[in-house]
Amino acid sequence: MKFGVVIFPGSNCDHDAYHVISKHVGQPVSFVWHKETDLAGFDCVILPGGFSYGDYLRAGALARFSPVMRSVKEFAAAGGLVLGICNGFQILCEAGLLPGALMRNRGLHFVCEHVRVRVESTDTPFTNELRRGEVLSIPIAHAEGNYTCDDATLGELQAEDRIIFRYCDAEGRATDEANPNGSRDSIAGICNRARNVFGMMPHPERACEDLLGSADGRGVFHSLATTLAAA
Amino acid sequence: MRAKVYVTLKPSVLDPQGKAIQHSVEQLGYGGIEDIRQGKYFEIELDESVKEEDARATAERMAREVLSNPVIEDFRVEVER
Repeated sequence: MKFGVVIFPGSNCDHDAYHVISKHVGQPVSFVWHKETDLAGFDCVILPGGFSYGDYLRAGALARFSPVMRSVKEFAAAGGLVLGICNGFQILCEAGLLPGALMRNRGLHFVCEHVRVRVESTDTPFTNELRRGEVLSIPIAHAEGNYTCDDATLGELQAEDRIIFRYCDAEGRATDEANPNGSRDSIAGICNRARNVFGMMPHPERACEDLLGSADGRGVFHSLATTLAAA
Repeated sequence: MRAKVYVTLKPSVLDPQGKAIQHSVEQLGYGGIEDIRQGKYFEIELDESVKEEDARATAERMAREVLSNPVIEDFRVEVER
């Protein structure tokens, strides 16, 4: 199985993702510059965190027009696995690969801290090695992570089991106090209808070794590896 | 010719920045303010050869595809010679 990590101008978590795939997943991985258009041979493409195009206009708004994104859309339509982390999630929403939008945090601050998220669905290639209801400690680092969507979209996400992570407290309760950015329904991560495109604001790639305070993020990458090994 | 595009958050979307600005303005003693909402403003200079209706159509398309995010924002276009 082969992983690709897309680099947009302003991406800054590309090396973290690369490190995790090569070290913890132990699979081949290569960088994909945003001007490249050939994704042949990849099984999973990661859109990493960062500040693509300096967050100009809106976070993720300009990265959507990078040449690679047309290929990412085709790749996703053909069933390829796409993981968007933080800025990658924002890009996926702007590109229309995931519904909704990520707005300025409720408290206006850039929030950089470990938060807890509850696993809401294990029925995805990104979470099938986790347990439903499990509480993970994974850091967030964003100013625009306040997920919003209209009522109809929220209803669909809920009914179709597409809310994958919710912010919660240590006991796994998705309370308003445990919601770090004001996201609707405490949403921290969602997937598309086909369940092969997944976006999350927390950074699992920054939580893969105990030295960094948590290794809970490994579950996402182990799930991916398991899925691809079985394919 | 110039097209002006105003992008604003939809009325149903909370605007924490607007609220913070309103709070600061009120701290300064300004009264009678019901609401402040923050938006974005774009000036697009167009070639003199472009017809006014084409300029409007182009600016509207740009606003829809790039300048605004239809999930959370509305826009309004003005064209002036």
